[in-house]
Amino acid sequence: MAPVPYRVVAKRAETAETVTLTLAPVGAAIPEPEPGQFTMMYAFGIGEVPISVSRTRPVLEQTIRAVGAVTGALCRAEAGQVIGLRGPFGTGWGVDEARGRDLVLAAGGIGLAPLRPAILRALARRDDYGRVAVLIGARTPGDLLFEDELETWRARGAQVEVTVDRPAPGWTGHVGLITALAGSADVDPSRAAAYVCGPEIMMRLTAQALAGLGTHPGRIRVSLERSMRCGIGWCGHCQLGPLLICRDGPVVPYESAVPLMAVKEL
Amino acid sequence: MDRVSADDLRRERFFHGMPGPHLARLATAGRVVEFPAGRRVFEENGTAESFWVIRSGTVALDLHVPGRGPVVVETLEASAVLGWSWLFPPHRWRFGAVAVRPVEATRFDGPLVRTLGATDPELGYDMALRFGTVMLDRLEATRIRVLDLYAHPGEPR
Ligand SMILES: Cc1cc2nc3c(=O)[nH]c(=O)nc-3n(C[C@H](O)[C@H](O)[C@H](O)COP(=O)(O)OP(=O)(O)OC[C@H]3O[C@@H](n4cnc5c(N)ncnc54)[C@H](O)[C@@H]3O)c2cc1C
Repeated sequence: MAPVPYRVVAKRAETAETVTLTLAPVGAAIPEPEPGQFTMMYAFGIGEVPISVSRTRPVLEQTIRAVGAVTGALCRAEAGQVIGLRGPFGTGWGVDEARGRDLVLAAGGIGLAPLRPAILRALARRDDYGRVAVLIGARTPGDLLFEDELETWRARGAQVEVTVDRPAPGWTGHVGLITALAGSADVDPSRAAAYVCGPEIMMRLTAQALAGLGTHPGRIRVSLERSMRCGIGWCGHCQLGPLLICRDGPVVPYESAVPLMAVKEL
Repeated sequence: MDRVSADDLRRERFFHGMPGPHLARLATAGRVVEFPAGRRVFEENGTAESFWVIRSGTVALDLHVPGRGPVVVETLEASAVLGWSWLFPPHRWRFGAVAVRPVEATRFDGPLVRTLGATDPELGYDMALRFGTVMLDRLEATRIRVLDLYAHPGEPR
């Protein structure tokens, strides 16, 4: 499957090391992704990496943290530059299936990017859901993604709570681990669906906290990340236990993730 | 300050599963209190004679760092327990606490609860276990924060 050319039409710096690229097809487009899905993003001449979609409509956005060669190159891409996309791949959060339920969306660090389309989808169809709580953990206030959107999410009917590990002077929000926010989510845990995205330890502890409050573990979903190559279940690079994360993941029920989270990356 | 009943306490997660007679005795030591945003609940090094079960609002635990002023180490939300120094000698606060959003809480008279526990060791043991669990949870959260999970992978740790 050849990468489809996309042009960077806008670029926004989210934090010192994270950018959001708005992308438009040069010719034919890839199918519209579902919230939670990812694409293989190709920086021509450098390499290809899996990156979740951070907005599915009306424009395609992807949010990238520069950690190495390929993500570094994508973060340096400027408006006008052409990159390649394959996809969309993987399982989504299943926001449409959760209609009628309360929603808890819990994000740690860059984990807010894959959750953002689910938040936007639920807020676009606000009446289809009960209460919607967005819980966000970040290292410092400066590491917060989509900061200028949080007020809009609140105005559109979401409870948004942010906690940081290290407050900056003047910070008046929460300080501490995201697990401590689980109890502050103004939802009925027994009828809630929960989506959790972030570092694995954060996802495990947050899912445990939500389950402890009464959310059925079968309705808690997490997004697993393993390094990937083909994106379509051929190469086996992202195998984790019985799953190929590119095809059977990244979003999986917490119940099936529990035994896998203990498996170290190969 | 309003009194609280055993039923009021039963609704709090902290007291979940506690036998009715214990709740009734603890309720004699509890009063509903409120703090406006910005009000200091206690000062670092002050005498620790109370604990609070937060009903709503947010309290920040802080420590005075020379040159930086009060630095917030953690915030506590609804259903959290504030204060355990009342239980352990020398009964002095190791951190300060300030309301950052308006707080409603049940305040318990620490010396009275210590007396209730000493005269009824079953109640005392139950409370010690509950406070132990709170401390265990906070220790775990602190250890996870020490891992600095959101750090950049290339950053030295
Ligand atoms: C399904 C899926 C969705 C993803 N979504 C996003 C996203 O929306 N935004 C985003 O920025 N990243 C996302 N990632 C992670 C991204 O794919 C990796 O950061 C990228 O592959 C690193 O490639 P690189 O060539 O830049 O760095 P490399 O040279 O391969 O690695 C550089 C350093 O980063 C570390 N590293 C590599 N992968 C990860 C990882 N997944 N998490 C933490 N550290 C890592 C390596 O151990 C190494 O220390 C996702 C990964 C998967 C599997």
